[in-house]
Amino acid sequence: MILYIMCFFLFLVGVYGAITKRDLIKIILAIGIMGYSVNLFLVLLAYRTGALVPILKKGLNIPANMMVDPIPQALVLTSIVIELGVTALMAALAIRIYQKYDTFDITKIRRLQG
Amino acid sequence: MPVDIWLYFILGFMIIGSIACLEIKNILSSIITIGVVGLSLSLAFLFLGAPDLALVQFVFEILCMIILIRAFAKRSIEVRALQRDVPETIIAIVILASIFVLSIFAFKDMPSFGKPIVRVAERYLANAGVETGSQNIVTAVILNYRIYDTLGEITVLFTAILGTLTILRKTGRKKRHAE
Repeated sequence: MILYIMCFFLFLVGVYGAITKRDLIKIILAIGIMGYSVNLFLVLLAYRTGALVPILKKGLNIPANMMVDPIPQALVLTSIVIELGVTALMAALAIRIYQKYDTFDITKIRRLQG
Repeated sequence: MPVDIWLYFILGFMIIGSIACLEIKNILSSIITIGVVGLSLSLAFLFLGAPDLALVQFVFEILCMIILIRAFAKRSIEVRALQRDVPETIIAIVILASIFVLSIFAFKDMPSFGKPIVRVAERYLANAGVETGSQNIVTAVILNYRIYDTLGEITVLFTAILGTLTILRKTGRKKRHAE
């Protein structure tokens, strides 16, 4: 259980960065940290003590209850790839904002404020 | 050593690394620090029995660092005052700490580490070799049982690439009256 709590703490560090930093780059990095912690949490849920990698070998019959749960791993694989696309998109938006306003400081980007 | 102890070490390292990443003033070092966090996540995947994920996370981290450094390293030489006002930060920390304390009660009800509830995957683990012919069961799940998920993933990735290209293109839409 302590591992889950540490993982959630990592998520909260990401949330802290996303809501208190003024720098757009720092906010992008904080969202990346949140993504890391969620991926790690899903894979932690899938682990089984003493279990093996879910790969079959010829001539070696591993029983089904001696392998790690493969479904969270497959879904996390999807999520990691999507995260790359999202990071690239956010970086592109930040570059455009910098070209238009000459700053990364979100309090100085006046027209985005409500 | 058991896996737990390695994971405590790696997770503590990741927490310290991410706090450092958020607090360092220099942007280049901060991007490199998040690279360190991601690579240690890849190591954690190796310990958790997910070598495919470890490889993908490794490649993701390298690409992510290349993208971020290419995008931001030149533009942020000046040192900025990064923090918001002090009262806002204190309010944020108090709220997050209360969420953290409440979450401890929630995590008590979860299945403990190392004893997952594996229901759907039992069938996959037992039959995947025969049904799909793939030796790697993660591959079997991605490319056979959950192929629609992969289709959706490719759609999302393609949309993100399209959005990036659209945002970053040099020439805007041509004006009609110029012709």
